[in-house]
Amino acid sequence: MFIEKDLVAASATPLVLGILAEGESYGYAIIKRVNELSQGRMQWTDGMLYPLLHRLERAGHVSATWRVADNGRRRKHYAITDAGREVLAERAAQWTVVAEALHQVWQSAQLPPAAAPGWS
Amino acid sequence: MTLDAHLEDRIAGWRSYVADHRVISSSDIDEMEDHLREQISDLVSVGLTADEAFLVAVGRMGGLDEVSREFAQEHSDRLWKQLVLTGVGRGEESGTPRRRKELAVVLACALGAGLAVRAGFEWLPETALLRNAAVLVLPFLTLYFAWKREMSVKSSALLALPFVLAAIVLDVFPFEPGGATEIIAAIHAPVALWFVVGAAYVAGQWRSHRRRMDFVRFTGECAVYLALLALGGGVLMGLTAGAFSALGIDIEPFFEQWILPFGPAGALVVAAWLVEAKQQVVENIAPVLTRVFTPVTILMLVALFVAVIASHSVLDVDRGLLILMDLILVLVLGLLLYSISARDPHAAPDVFDLLQVVLIAAALAVDLLMLTAMATRIAEFGFTANKVTALGLNLVLLVNLVWAAWLGISFLRGRTGFAAVERWQMRYLPVYCGWAALAVVAIPPLFRFM
Repeated sequence: MFIEKDLVAASATPLVLGILAEGESYGYAIIKRVNELSQGRMQWTDGMLYPLLHRLERAGHVSATWRVADNGRRRKHYAITDAGREVLAERAAQWTVVAEALHQVWQSAQLPPAAAPGWS
Repeated sequence: MTLDAHLEDRIAGWRSYVADHRVISSSDIDEMEDHLREQISDLVSVGLTADEAFLVAVGRMGGLDEVSREFAQEHSDRLWKQLVLTGVGRGEESGTPRRRKELAVVLACALGAGLAVRAGFEWLPETALLRNAAVLVLPFLTLYFAWKREMSVKSSALLALPFVLAAIVLDVFPFEPGGATEIIAAIHAPVALWFVVGAAYVAGQWRSHRRRMDFVRFTGECAVYLALLALGGGVLMGLTAGAFSALGIDIEPFFEQWILPFGPAGALVVAAWLVEAKQQVVENIAPVLTRVFTPVTILMLVALFVAVIASHSVLDVDRGLLILMDLILVLVLGLLLYSISARDPHAAPDVFDLLQVVLIAAALAVDLLMLTAMATRIAEFGFTANKVTALGLNLVLLVNLVWAAWLGISFLRGRTGFAAVERWQMRYLPVYCGWAALAVVAIPPLFRFM
């Protein structure tokens, strides 16, 4: 399903922070988790994840360490920091408000069939 | 699972293609290559051939231009070293003529600055010349950057305004020649006007913290280049003077009339240009310099602190020492800013960051000592222009250092990212400009230009 670029950009930060709140992870595993969570309906441009992770790192929301993976390659692992958890909680509250408002408006408004819930 | 040699070739090819995008560093490519390989092996395990898997994986990675633009936004410090060389260079063909033209512009600006100072030598009394030095030289540097950044005529004209105002203030105020307020104005005018150069350097985007950081970096590098040029120039002049005097020709008048006005003014413009053109050469020196001088400065501050406490009661500290101490604190702050600008903002805290906090703590200790001494002097002898200036500068530095120490400690303990440290220093920059402007405009009238 195609999701508008701005929406992807806006949701990426809380999504990545949320996934890291589940436990330390690395780039490819994060992408896989996003696919799992959205049942494959949310496709990211994989390369865009890395600048985002670096931005979160610079802001101190995540910390990164290089480890050696089982296959002998260097792999950069990311973990959420306390500051990151605070930001996540804040974002979660914001998104809940937005989602609730949207949910109510979906219920009261007449939607054309293509956008009705359950269709994708 | 083992990937065949053909696939290895293709991955190596992809790697070198990504490496052409210079904002993506090699450790970023490692990270992305790991991603690519995982993706490929997952796709192969569900039945794709290695070739197909490679294509799909590269496709999912996204258009590299787009991705590298994202990287560039995040890592503008990496872009900095190319910004200038390629500010022109996106179209390679158009690059060379503009670079040749640039040399002409630089030489013209350097010559203009030299002529302005020469004219000052001719027509201004000595102290007036000193006080006007910045007004004579810095407009040419600003002009160079306005040209280089292709600023519009309107915004360039706006940049001229502060220089005009400064010239009016500096020359209309009836300073008593050689008085304290005149010296204060002469010292602070260049500082305030340097920020106007900065406005041109960042092409008017002075609200952006990243661009401010670029300007701090530029200031540090420019100082290094200027020192190198001065050193080389000094040696050359010494040799020439020696040779001429051996020949029995007295070239001192020539030196005083031409080299003295043209040398420093031209050197500043040329140094700025060198920073622009050859950033990569010095870029490797900056982190080294800061690493060498931070520990040395800590030792110096501690030694001073002990010496001041041991030798005198704080009450009768000499006024000259207070001014020297202020200068030392300015130097510490410069060192701090320079090392922040040279640091990789993504690196985890290390020993050097600890040293930096120690440096700030030492500076704070000295600063508090100075404030005590100054308060005592003021209580005893009342306010003078020098004391008010020294006190104000001390307060400006104190506020900065206290908060910088706090942020430095949080960073060391992993509470905040380095971005917070950077942001604080960048947000504070206008305070220096404001204080310097105040020292030029407000302090002389307050103390009746004595």
